[in-house]
Amino acid sequence: QEFSCQIWGIFFLKKTFKGNLRNYWNFLPEGFINTQLFTRFLSRISQDSAGQFFSSGHTNNWAVLVCTSRFWFNYRHVANTLSVYRSVKRLGIPDSHIVLMLADDMACNHRNPKPATVFSHKNMELNVYGDDVEVDYRGYEVTVENFLRVLTGRLPPSTPRSKRLLSDDRSNILIYLTGHGGNGFLKFQDSEEISNVELADAFEQMWQKRRYNELLFIIDTCQGASMYERFYSPNLMALASSQVGEDSLSHQPDLAIGVHLMDRYTFYLLEFLEDIHPASKANMNDLFKVCPKSQCVSTPGHRTDLFLRDPGSVLITDFFGSVRKVEITTEAIDLTDPIKEVEERPANGDVHKEMHSYVDQLPVSEIIHQKPKQKDWHPPDGFILGLWTLILLVFFQTYGVKHLRHIF
Amino acid sequence: MAAHRCCFPVWLFILCSFSLFIIAGSQETTVAPEQHASVLDNPQTAAETAEQTAGESGGVEERRWEGTEVRDAAAQKQAEPAVLQPTPQPKDDFQEELVVRPLHSGDIYASFQFRTLWETDFMRGNKVSHYRLFPKSLGQVISKFSVRELHISFTQGYWRTMQWGQPYLPSPPGAELWVWFQDSVTDVDATWKELTNVLSGIFCASLNFIDSTNTVQPSASFKPLGIGNVTDHRFLRYATLPREIVCTENLTPWKKLLPCGSKAGLAVLLKSEKLFHSSFHSQAVHIRPVCQDWQCKTTSWELRQTLNVVFDLHNSGQGKREWSLFKMFSRTLTEACPLASSSKIYIDITDNPEGEQFELSPATSLLSQAMVLGDRRTFSVYDLTQQDTFGSVRSLNLLIRWKSTEGDMLRPLLHAERYVAGYGLQTGEIHTLMYNHHPYRSFPVLLLDSVPWYLRLYIHTLTVTSKGKDNKPSYIHYQPSKDRVRPHLLEMLVQLPPNSVTEVTVQFERALLKWTEYTPDPNHGFYVGSSVISSLVPSTVAMDTNSTRERPLFSSFFPCKEESSYFVRVYTEPLLVNLPTPDFSMPYNVICLTCTVVAVGYGSLYNLLTRSFQIEEPSPGLAKRIANVIRKMRGFPGTMG
Repeated sequence: QEFSCQIWGIFFLKKTFKGNLRNYWNFLPEGFINTQLFTRFLSRISQDSAGQFFSSGHTNNWAVLVCTSRFWFNYRHVANTLSVYRSVKRLGIPDSHIVLMLADDMACNHRNPKPATVFSHKNMELNVYGDDVEVDYRGYEVTVENFLRVLTGRLPPSTPRSKRLLSDDRSNILIYLTGHGGNGFLKFQDSEEISNVELADAFEQMWQKRRYNELLFIIDTCQGASMYERFYSPNLMALASSQVGEDSLSHQPDLAIGVHLMDRYTFYLLEFLEDIHPASKANMNDLFKVCPKSQCVSTPGHRTDLFLRDPGSVLITDFFGSVRKVEITTEAIDLTDPIKEVEERPANGDVHKEMHSYVDQLPVSEIIHQKPKQKDWHPPDGFILGLWTLILLVFFQTYGVKHLRHIF
Repeated sequence: MAAHRCCFPVWLFILCSFSLFIIAGSQETTVAPEQHASVLDNPQTAAETAEQTAGESGGVEERRWEGTEVRDAAAQKQAEPAVLQPTPQPKDDFQEELVVRPLHSGDIYASFQFRTLWETDFMRGNKVSHYRLFPKSLGQVISKFSVRELHISFTQGYWRTMQWGQPYLPSPPGAELWVWFQDSVTDVDATWKELTNVLSGIFCASLNFIDSTNTVQPSASFKPLGIGNVTDHRFLRYATLPREIVCTENLTPWKKLLPCGSKAGLAVLLKSEKLFHSSFHSQAVHIRPVCQDWQCKTTSWELRQTLNVVFDLHNSGQGKREWSLFKMFSRTLTEACPLASSSKIYIDITDNPEGEQFELSPATSLLSQAMVLGDRRTFSVYDLTQQDTFGSVRSLNLLIRWKSTEGDMLRPLLHAERYVAGYGLQTGEIHTLMYNHHPYRSFPVLLLDSVPWYLRLYIHTLTVTSKGKDNKPSYIHYQPSKDRVRPHLLEMLVQLPPNSVTEVTVQFERALLKWTEYTPDPNHGFYVGSSVISSLVPSTVAMDTNSTRERPLFSSFFPCKEESSYFVRVYTEPLLVNLPTPDFSMPYNVICLTCTVVAVGYGSLYNLLTRSFQIEEPSPGLAKRIANVIRKMRGFPGTMG
């Protein structure tokens, strides 16, 4: 087994360079690889010369960004989510890899004095909504059920790709939640809530289905630390804006818009992320220092005991960006495979080339004389009447009137 | 393709100079040589240039007419068919146009139309894999779901017919989707469900909320707008979502469908910050098969993307009645979309023939007339494919400056409104008012109402009255609702008497929903989609029934069969109805109270009944216990108390 591992390991390398990792798994029967074997792979590879390619062990990045609050006065929660959306998009995660859920429409809300914008800073300085946003789940679609379905991938078959989290076991996933919460729960749409146990179980299901490689969970809500204390799946790192018993507070009141624009924790998180660029070497320990109690008023918390790597070696861009290592080849590749022009089929329509025409939009006479729908066949009324008469006649013939008292 | 591109201008040059030669020969005037120099892209512009030269060489008219109005140009065209024929026609074609209509209320109406025509066949197992101008995402939808016609619109705001007149393309508030499927589809409902899911992904909208409870099959209201003979309404599905939000996330994918995206052409004007800062915003996608030529023997697919927007005077004009492209869209135009065969801006100047109402700058001498909505309108035309349109500054910023605030708008002949009457949370009444403003002619309207099942219509209370008298509909199609399965569908064909108001009333009862069926904000109320009123309104001038003639895009959407009337669709307001909402915290209260009662009352009683009571002897002290032990050891039975 050890030997076969090595061979596969080399193969694995080659395949990964082509960015086609899934194929590799398809070669092997299910269950052949257990996780132990798999980690052995990784260690072997990391010792390799090409090891730096796999220092983080992921090949693609996904983000699930959720605002769970409805109503205009929760403007700040939408702005929170959109500011993270802006950052991950700026750092290279494409819209197709971001599942953005906004429980209400703030940008085109009638109360918004400047439609199609959501600002994160006072005096309308930074529009986090942008001009090319793509919201995947919005309004009433943001429910606990849909959120858990997206995470676990148990969606109806006709769900479009943009509404799915199509991650695999080489995906690093960023999950950001914001809204109103309490000790052990987070409210969705002011009408239902998700508990920390449900969330932990969803992550475990994701792990068992190999839907992530590493997962970063960030939550900005009151008593946010209670949401991650039940997690038990491996490779999870979690951050929260406040400890149990603490409230997360808002920031940036704006007089023109009339509401608070951001929450304190996400505001300083955004400031931190604005300085990150794809090549920056900032790591998770820097992220843990964001928004100390002097700024946040609440105490941000984090949890790393489930995470296998040292947070100091995990780059911010491992989760917030999609940084691809590129190897440049100098070999010439021949691409002159002749592309065959599809032969234009002669229009065989000469036979059935009938004259087309436009339809009358309001054919009044046709509508009036439309045939009513055929009713189900019903015996004529006279027949039924006659039948009843016959039955009664036979009855009285047989028993006569004097026997009626036996019946009644 | 490249060879064709190269030889095209040559042909045009030959054509152009040939036509000039004819003109020069016939009128014996010299022609300005700059006319030759303009770089031409397509035959249409060539024809226009020919017209221009015709006009200039005439030297009488200051303004020129474009299109079929000019006899000379038409004659030139006919003279040249043999030359034009052999040039290979591209199989797809893209046109863009913007119509600006200054409204009497001081608002301004801008309507964008982008049309992609493609001569291809998505049906009959044809695998279309090479896409040029037509968006692939929509092409795949058409072939996968066997769609014959698809119309989808997203609208924010309500079109105020009485203030603004009729729109070029009507649409109800919220989202509207209607689809004709091919008759080869066996399970229409399943296909429809899948299609709505896919479209919700393409347009970033909540179209997946379309299910059987808000889908209807209108029997007469929606006929195919494209060509085709099958009108069996089993293959038609219609649904509206009156509460759908429309915002940037819907505009972004819509813009991505355009061949030039928002990079070039008229689409650079589509900036969401300005478009959504308006009184009315509507964007739509219409896909249908249309005639390819005048014989109509072959069909091509038409994708028409439209965007209508009404800008408010007070919002962005600071009270001054002055408009410019820059003020409206915060951009100016610098070029046409390079892929477009025609790119034009039309300004409606019908009410302003001598420039007494407003002033237009830069002035254009190119005019066009079109039959639109039963009226002959005159437009100033700016052709973006011509370089001289942009002037020396290389950018076009149209400016409209009002001079007077007078002037009456022609009252629209048909308009409608709707409201809910009644009080309390049990019953109510829906009133629909349809106005015929024509002084002496009556015309038929077809009313379509789709009411959700939780408003139970009492169809026996349906009344239709006009001028105080009962107006018996000549056709009624009513499909009762089924709880949680399908909505009510009511279709009526009513003749509206001249100069009258026709009122349709029907009473309803509000149903109680289940606890989990309420929306997260049930106190906001529940929406009922707009009624659709389709009508044949008498036109003031004879309409153009020739569907094949080259016409501006905005006037060629609804096919016209009769000269004396034109088809128009009017949408009423959606209704907002309050349903009785329970106190949602009540279950918790009940549970808490019940638990308390059970714990305190029943629990203590149960405790009392099941426990056996014993008199416990007090435990003896240490000294006594020792004494007891000693006593036991000495042989005395019993213990001391």
